[in-house]
Amino acid sequence: MAMKISTEKFNDRVEQGIHDSFMRGAVAGAQDGMGVKRRVVTTDELSNWEDWRNHAEEIRQHVLANLDYYLEQLSENIAQRGGHVFFAQTKEEANEYIRGVVQRKKAKKIVKSKSMVTEEISLNAMLEEEGCEVVETDLGEYILQLDDHDPPSHIVVPALHKNKEQIRDVFAQKIGYTKTSTPEELAYHARVTLREKFLEADLGITGCNFAVAETGSFCLVTNEGNADLVTALPKTQITVMGMERLVPTFEEMEVLVSMLTRSAVGQKLTSYITVLTGPREELDVDGPEEFHLVIVDNGRSDILGTEFQSILQCIRCGACINVCPVYRHIGGHSYGSIYPGPVGAVLSPLLGGYDDFKELPYASTLCGACTEVCPVKIPLHQLLHKHRQVIVEKEGKAPFSEKMLMKAFGLGAASPALYNMGSKMAPVAMNPFTVGDKISKGPGPLKAWTEIREFPAPNKERFRDWFKNREKGGE
Amino acid sequence: MAKIGTIHNRDSFLNKISKSLNRPRLTGPIPRPEWKYQPQHEVFKGASPDELLDIMKVHCQKIHTNLYETDLKGLPDVLNEVVEGYGGGPVVISKDERFSEWGLDSLLKKEWPSRDMAVFEWDYTLGDENVRRAEQANVGITISEITLAESATVVLFSDKDHGRTINFLPATSIMLIPKSTLVPRFTQAAVKMREIHQQTGRVASCINFITGPSNSADIELNLVVGVHGPIKASYIVIHDL
Ligand code: SF4
Repeated sequence: MAMKISTEKFNDRVEQGIHDSFMRGAVAGAQDGMGVKRRVVTTDELSNWEDWRNHAEEIRQHVLANLDYYLEQLSENIAQRGGHVFFAQTKEEANEYIRGVVQRKKAKKIVKSKSMVTEEISLNAMLEEEGCEVVETDLGEYILQLDDHDPPSHIVVPALHKNKEQIRDVFAQKIGYTKTSTPEELAYHARVTLREKFLEADLGITGCNFAVAETGSFCLVTNEGNADLVTALPKTQITVMGMERLVPTFEEMEVLVSMLTRSAVGQKLTSYITVLTGPREELDVDGPEEFHLVIVDNGRSDILGTEFQSILQCIRCGACINVCPVYRHIGGHSYGSIYPGPVGAVLSPLLGGYDDFKELPYASTLCGACTEVCPVKIPLHQLLHKHRQVIVEKEGKAPFSEKMLMKAFGLGAASPALYNMGSKMAPVAMNPFTVGDKISKGPGPLKAWTEIREFPAPNKERFRDWFKNREKGGE
Repeated sequence: MAKIGTIHNRDSFLNKISKSLNRPRLTGPIPRPEWKYQPQHEVFKGASPDELLDIMKVHCQKIHTNLYETDLKGLPDVLNEVVEGYGGGPVVISKDERFSEWGLDSLLKKEWPSRDMAVFEWDYTLGDENVRRAEQANVGITISEITLAESATVVLFSDKDHGRTINFLPATSIMLIPKSTLVPRFTQAAVKMREIHQQTGRVASCINFITGPSNSADIELNLVVGVHGPIKASYIVIHDL
């Protein structure tokens, strides 16, 4: 799958999104669960959350400012441990290098753990071209792959838009599944089917949550344990990382992993955090004999040094998606990119170009909930605003009028609730710790949400105000 | 010592970065930054081992993991009970002198085999046979090197005697946790990992932080326990202090 997941027009995708009632229910449920409740429940010990965010931000900013140094250190240390490092400027270069490894190893059976950057470079398409069987082993990704490569709709829960009956039907059609649609039975079937694949694979491919420059290590964060089998069983391993995903030492890795697991899934730590360094050691029995790290630029260096640089601080936690009122309304597929939600609306036009993604910066109410929740303090709504300025400058006008936009989101003039909702959610999202008391006393996240919605809106420029201002500005 | 690996295309790649950042390439070692914020060291600062254990127990309830406590004398009985609760063998264990030091020889080498419960001790000289045994095992037993109270997490370092797959292929997993290994959180483990690297110049090729059994919420956000890794997990805390 490339970064762009649809050739349909933005308006048509949105139209489909808002008419998919299961999807919308699932998204709302996910947001209520992941965006508010779990965060409050699981992060209450970190009373000084703002210090954590400040620290995470300073780490990410420091790394970006010294990126060439840390990448050099990382590659030296990996080579010292016998690993191979390939720096790929483009997705084509990355794919060519990996193709070379596949051919040299005569690899035919490949298992993969979840990786956004491999989607970004369309790695699977190349591998299939080479005649390899490529199996995605993360349960959500596996479901999508079986369903004829249905695109992901969330960066942490890729199959969020599918219900269990649909999943059962896909399993029945594609892998001869005969049981019910209970999640336990479905997951058990996937376990058994995929266990075979792990054991027979000759090549394992992973992404990288954070690489560690000082030791030449990298870590993988999962709950299922699939990444551990991908990296323990096949004799050859290839890890693909976006060039900005690194930290100086284990100590900073720890902080960012803690921020990631709390922000992504509301867990203190996920079931498995795995820190890998080079290939297996001489007498080890499991782990890869050969290890390759492919470090991918693919447009990232063009973002460095610009007003959009801070988007490279992103640790792909999905928290901004979980609180976004527009995502809630239109769903992940509407964005037409593997990166949906606020992070996607900022990142997709930068990596994929304005031609394909110029509508995305408008898929936002600029309410700021995303900015308030981001664990590494990326000013997302300001970056969206900057995109709009760039687009207007480039095109001489915005691609939308207010009317078109409201229509695209399925909103009549009489239903401004959506646009107010985002800004009124912000107090919950921005400080899940200090409001913890208030919310945990409530009967549930939904109630909490409705209560919050009655609060006065924070004093921020909101979507409708922004439109008004813009109108006054004379359009 | 492994062979030195290769590095491709580095200079042009890094030059592009320094150009974007509008400055010359950074080469010399840069000093470790002085961070303005360090909240991680404050969590459970000064907590006693007993307090840490209490914190861990509470969290175990959230991660679908049974926690047992015992002294060394009671260890064989508790371990036997937990393994039986999981339906018995086959059992796979890492090769570690502590099993013997903790008085488990009789259980592992006599009692279980005599009851038809096979026990396989990791043996690197047998190569891939180890993985085959781990895949057939019902229970994998390993020993935590560092234990994080906050998240109820065990930390394991791989080497020739401590195979990675012992923790992933068997259907269930039992971790033996010396109480002396408890630290407040991930922070202390990270500091320790750096120290080991600085002192020895090495890092284990795989360091696992494991928190309960494997799970997934990928189907309608329902939590399913037991996906690719173990379906069940238990911790046995040994009062060794
Ligand atoms: S932009 Fe921030 S909140 Fe959104 S995914 Fe990235 S790190 Fe998480």
